[in-house]
Amino acid sequence: MTTELSYPFDSEYIIRKKRSIRKNLLSQNRKWIEKRIAILGGSTTTDIKDILELFLLDAGIKPVFYESEFGKYWEEVIFDNSRLCDFKPDLIFIHTSRHNLTFLPSITNSEDEITLMLERQYKHFEQMWNHLSDKYHCPIIQNNMEKPYYRLLGNKDVSDIHGHTNFINRLNAKFYEYAQAHENFFIHDIDYLSSQYGLDEWQNPLYWYMYKYSLCVPAIPLFAYSLSSIIKAIYGLNKKAIVLDLDNTLWGGVIGDDGVEGIQLGPELPMGQAYSDFQNYLLQLKKMGIVLNICSKNDMENAIAGLNHPDSSLSPEDFACIIANWENKDENIKHIAQRINLGLDSLVFIDDNPAEREIVRRNLPDVAVPQIQKIEDYIRIIDHSRFFEAALITQDDINRNEMYKANFEREEFLRNFSSYDDYLKSLEMVATIRGFEPIYFDRIAQLCNKTNQFNLTTKRYSVAEIKEIAENDNYIHLYGTLQDKFGDNGLIGVIIGEKIKDELHIQLWLMSCRVFRRNMEYAMFDRLIEECLLRKIKYIHGYYYPTLKNRMVRDFYASIGFQKIREDDSGNTEWLFKVQEHTRLNEFIKVNR
Amino acid sequence: MNRIEILEKINHILKDVFDDDSLVVTESTELSDIEGWDSIAQITIIATIEKEFNVRFRLEDILETKSINKLIDFIEKELK
Repeated sequence: MTTELSYPFDSEYIIRKKRSIRKNLLSQNRKWIEKRIAILGGSTTTDIKDILELFLLDAGIKPVFYESEFGKYWEEVIFDNSRLCDFKPDLIFIHTSRHNLTFLPSITNSEDEITLMLERQYKHFEQMWNHLSDKYHCPIIQNNMEKPYYRLLGNKDVSDIHGHTNFINRLNAKFYEYAQAHENFFIHDIDYLSSQYGLDEWQNPLYWYMYKYSLCVPAIPLFAYSLSSIIKAIYGLNKKAIVLDLDNTLWGGVIGDDGVEGIQLGPELPMGQAYSDFQNYLLQLKKMGIVLNICSKNDMENAIAGLNHPDSSLSPEDFACIIANWENKDENIKHIAQRINLGLDSLVFIDDNPAEREIVRRNLPDVAVPQIQKIEDYIRIIDHSRFFEAALITQDDINRNEMYKANFEREEFLRNFSSYDDYLKSLEMVATIRGFEPIYFDRIAQLCNKTNQFNLTTKRYSVAEIKEIAENDNYIHLYGTLQDKFGDNGLIGVIIGEKIKDELHIQLWLMSCRVFRRNMEYAMFDRLIEECLLRKIKYIHGYYYPTLKNRMVRDFYASIGFQKIREDDSGNTEWLFKVQEHTRLNEFIKVNR
Repeated sequence: MNRIEILEKINHILKDVFDDDSLVVTESTELSDIEGWDSIAQITIIATIEKEFNVRFRLEDILETKSINKLIDFIEKELK
């Protein structure tokens, strides 16, 4: 992660140095995720595109852009502009603003007239979204409307139906209803952003008159960063876990010196309140599925004592991993990442000590380390960094922390066994393996976008694409859920294969790291073979495309009996399996169909 | 700040914006002569100059400053 592109960034610096920043990012040796992004503008989009590119590159996404002709966002959609069609976007961003409103009430309009205007204005957009969604089946990001910088009706502009602010709020509300009902449609909240930045500055008319920018140029980095966080969320690139220090991070003071009674926490005093609010904020994040961990330079008993403080909203049970020792924090954080089976780039490290932050930043450049300084700013800085922006929050996210706990219980249980097979047998595992069902489309797409380790091809799918595959008879698709006596792991495996004549080509095979080494992959393969036999498929082709993260499955196909038939210089391999030669691999899991 | 110092700073800004260390402008350079200059580059330059010198352009100022020496005139005036 490039420091200049982390919040809070120096906007002027980014605008000024955008070309050399771009050059530096592109010179990195990374396996880029290429995405085709269409920007449909109702006003100038040039710098928005340029600076969005920087934030996306920093996240590992290499964008190929399409820009509509100036202002022609609506026409290009409704009249099926051929250049746009040929572009085949992976994602569409509609950059409109209040300047694109054609119907605005005046003081002489009646209530009915205004309602009609609202309908017409809304339909103008809805028609466009439906058309895009039917044609491209890809995520659509749409700006909501920002408020005007002047209010003809003064304070009544917001409460009176003749007010433009009131009208914009009502229009936005209709946008949100659409968003709530359509999974692949995302609102970019520039109403909030312009308010955060400062509406007067954001709407400095000079930029509209001179360059037809709907916002001031210095606000563009903030805008682009905000937009990039939605795009990162859609592709599962946001953060999933936090590692927290304790002293002066979760409470005021140093517990080793001040003792449990001496730390500042709780409702009586300002400092205590600030830390309590921060703890509550973290607790809310945990409920959304963010994994909390501790890495503190303290004796373990002091750490636990602090977390058991009567005014502490967070307790030891809220954390997946608690490390309190005197070792270097970067080593500890690496250990935590392994324990919770997440990449370092999924972690955020929060520590009030700049020296500790610097060590982690230097040694673990993939970990996000925000510059927090004053307790009263912690929440704002973490929030505005948009680390945990979510495209989808599924039930699995909400249950994630319980699942970690169950996993640790399983590890304890394993210690009772001398044979691993005996352990697996006694887990009493039950799996359900079936073709894709609508209630699981979200979770399947989420897994596709987030799973990197046990992932043979790292092909990404949107919810819409999952739905299409589920309805297409030329595909064999399977999901797998797994539970055992300790708990339910939820949906953790996905296979997608395309049937061409009497051969199956596996486009996707992934499994969540939660269920490694339980034989689930064998159970899924057995089931895949059943499906192949039903459809008279003779051969299965498997493909492995190496990435920085999926080395563990490099020889997976060999381990289940495939023969390697092709390999190229980049390490991409193709494998073949004769369906007839299969014998059952799964011994320990009871499978429900 | 005198005119030479202002020119120096503007030169530095232009080097960054165009990512070209060899770029050199003089008082007599017309903005449209600069290789790669367009209206979008102009906004970047305006925004950067505002921050660098702590000055504010009005609409008419932007419309009137089409050359380096006019730009320096404007900045000099604002700094007084």
